[in-house]
Amino acid sequence: MLKKRLLAFVVVVVVLFGMIAWTSPAILKDVKLGLDLKGGFEVLYEATPFEEGGTVTPEALKQTAKSLEKRINASGVSEPEVLPEGTNRIRVRLPGVTNEEEIRELLAKPINLTFRAPDGTIMLDGTDFKENSAGVVSDELNRPVVTIELKDAQQFTDVTTALVGSYLAIYLDDEEISRPNVNFPITGGSAQISLGNAERAEAEELRDLINMGSLPLKLTEKYTQSVGAKLGLDSLKSTVTAGVIGSLIVLLFMVIIFRVPGFVAGISIITYAWLLLLVHNWMGATLTLPGIAAFVLGVGIAVDANIITAERIKEEIRTGKSMFSSLKAGSKSSFRTILDANVTSIIASVALYVIGDGAIKGFALTMIFSIIVSMLTNIYLSRFLLTLLVSSNAFMKPKYFGVKEEDVRAL
Amino acid sequence: MHFDYKIRYDFVNNRKKFFTGSILLVIIGIVSLLIFQMNLGIDFKSGTTMDAVADHGVIQAEVIDVLTGLDYDEIPTVGGTNNERISVRFGEELTTDAVKEIQSALMSKFGDQMDFEVNVVSAELARELAVKTIWAILAASVLIMLYVMIRFEWRFALAANLTILYDCFVVVTLFSIFRLEVDLPFIAAVLTVLGYSINDKIVIFDRIRENLRFKPHKNAEQLQEIVNASIWQTMARNLYTVLTVFIVTFLIFLFGSESIRLFSLAILIGLVSGAYSTVCLASPLWFDLKKREKSKKPKVAGPSPKKEPVI
Repeated sequence: MLKKRLLAFVVVVVVLFGMIAWTSPAILKDVKLGLDLKGGFEVLYEATPFEEGGTVTPEALKQTAKSLEKRINASGVSEPEVLPEGTNRIRVRLPGVTNEEEIRELLAKPINLTFRAPDGTIMLDGTDFKENSAGVVSDELNRPVVTIELKDAQQFTDVTTALVGSYLAIYLDDEEISRPNVNFPITGGSAQISLGNAERAEAEELRDLINMGSLPLKLTEKYTQSVGAKLGLDSLKSTVTAGVIGSLIVLLFMVIIFRVPGFVAGISIITYAWLLLLVHNWMGATLTLPGIAAFVLGVGIAVDANIITAERIKEEIRTGKSMFSSLKAGSKSSFRTILDANVTSIIASVALYVIGDGAIKGFALTMIFSIIVSMLTNIYLSRFLLTLLVSSNAFMKPKYFGVKEEDVRAL
Repeated sequence: MHFDYKIRYDFVNNRKKFFTGSILLVIIGIVSLLIFQMNLGIDFKSGTTMDAVADHGVIQAEVIDVLTGLDYDEIPTVGGTNNERISVRFGEELTTDAVKEIQSALMSKFGDQMDFEVNVVSAELARELAVKTIWAILAASVLIMLYVMIRFEWRFALAANLTILYDCFVVVTLFSIFRLEVDLPFIAAVLTVLGYSINDKIVIFDRIRENLRFKPHKNAEQLQEIVNASIWQTMARNLYTVLTVFIVTFLIFLFGSESIRLFSLAILIGLVSGAYSTVCLASPLWFDLKKREKSKKPKVAGPSPKKEPVI
């Protein structure tokens, strides 16, 4: 029976570590690296209404973010992060981007699209078009045709009626880019702009411009960060190496000071790190430099939970209690301490998550999850493993728990 | 009364020294903040920072030449193991074209194999971030205070809160005195310090609470003994925990990447301050608060609370 418990301990540990060893390469590969580690580009835009007196509504901000994402995706960048932030900001993160200049130009290009009468009067502007509704089709002679859709059909009928026999020039800022003729009034709110014998690429450019012009908000860069790929990789390597070496020293330290509980703590802490990475991936979170810091510091909290428990068990052993009741009493009284300490840390992290943004938010989120995962592994797993070991009667001497024999008092 | 631990040093009795020392440090900090202020990095000050790494060592004068050639009078710093790392801070928000111009000028001087990190922040955003951070710390400490009030009592909450804010302030003070740069990761570091520090305080207060429950006290001397005993009972845990976190953070400080170095330094400072304030400030502070309650009740009899304890 007692041998069985020891065997159970060994089996649990072997299975656990086997699982960790088996899944780790895939997990590590799945970790999404932030642009400070992978290289890339981040911009924070501030959105202002296109027309004076307008307001930035949450829907408009969301729509703009979506349009930006579409534009970025169209340019072939993988995994862009486009997040509306606060009431009037959009954060764009493009990890791994190398053609930064192009994309930035694409995004930051001031879009002021107007449709003017021959005398220069502005008849329509980009916001009169339905967002992202322009397209390119081919006519019967296989020539490219740009299709457009307007929000207000009546307005378009009025404009085209007034300009029959003349033209409706399309201006990007103050530059005329096209001059389609108006042959008859157009009703129904949709129309086609034929470009004669133009290349298809030309038609596509016009389509994109109209779509961008229909973007309801104007964007100004408030913050940009760009990191070269090599710089990012250097940061990752050295920080991870330092973190791993530090953690190994700590594990060794734990075993020397606390013996059996220290050894169990090592198993829990390794499991904790593995689980945290797993959770991190499940949430689709991106690992950034402050994130790694939160991660490594999470190891600190994990170690602390084990130290508190081990110290408590030591105290109980010194009072002369049996190993098993020392373990029970020590686990019980340390649980409340760890719970209170961790809950306060979670509270602090939640405040950060709610108030902070960008990197702070990511840091806070990693902290919250690391504390939760830490409580699961370093309280429950540690306790379970220790109970198996102690009840196997294999480690009954106080010295296995870092307690000197002469310090143990009689009950 | 009997406690399992020997009280090797009477922290409570010597509390005046600790309080004086810490108040002095806070005053120095306030003065330093007023005179030197903080050395704000890119995240808190509008402007542009450019970090570049070449594939070989460079000389500062060469970089200055390149910059003056483009009419910039900023002084670059050159560092890294081989002097291959260039860092320049521009006071203005550079346009994309200006950044491009500088980059190509550097590359034509030091080779195409350069890698850049460029950061541009507008003034208004920088201010907003600083304000938000202070709010975040205040909100976090108010919430922590509420939690501790519910789980413990208001005296613990007050003592914990004053001392965790003190720890954060110590980090800020040292960064101000030594002119270390404050950036976004610094904020994360201060917040981590807050989290660790409250952890420490809770552990010791939890022990005081437990000892109070099992060993009722009748006067200030007995209360003092309980506090001292609680400090010594949790001493091993405090030292071990600080030591382990210190080891990991110190290694990251030594071998981690450039950008995370100041971050780890801030945490190291906060860690040491947190360990000190837990033992030397938080518990004695609670003792003072609690003693006042004790001395209020039996006002009629007993020695005046001001009198020195007699052995």
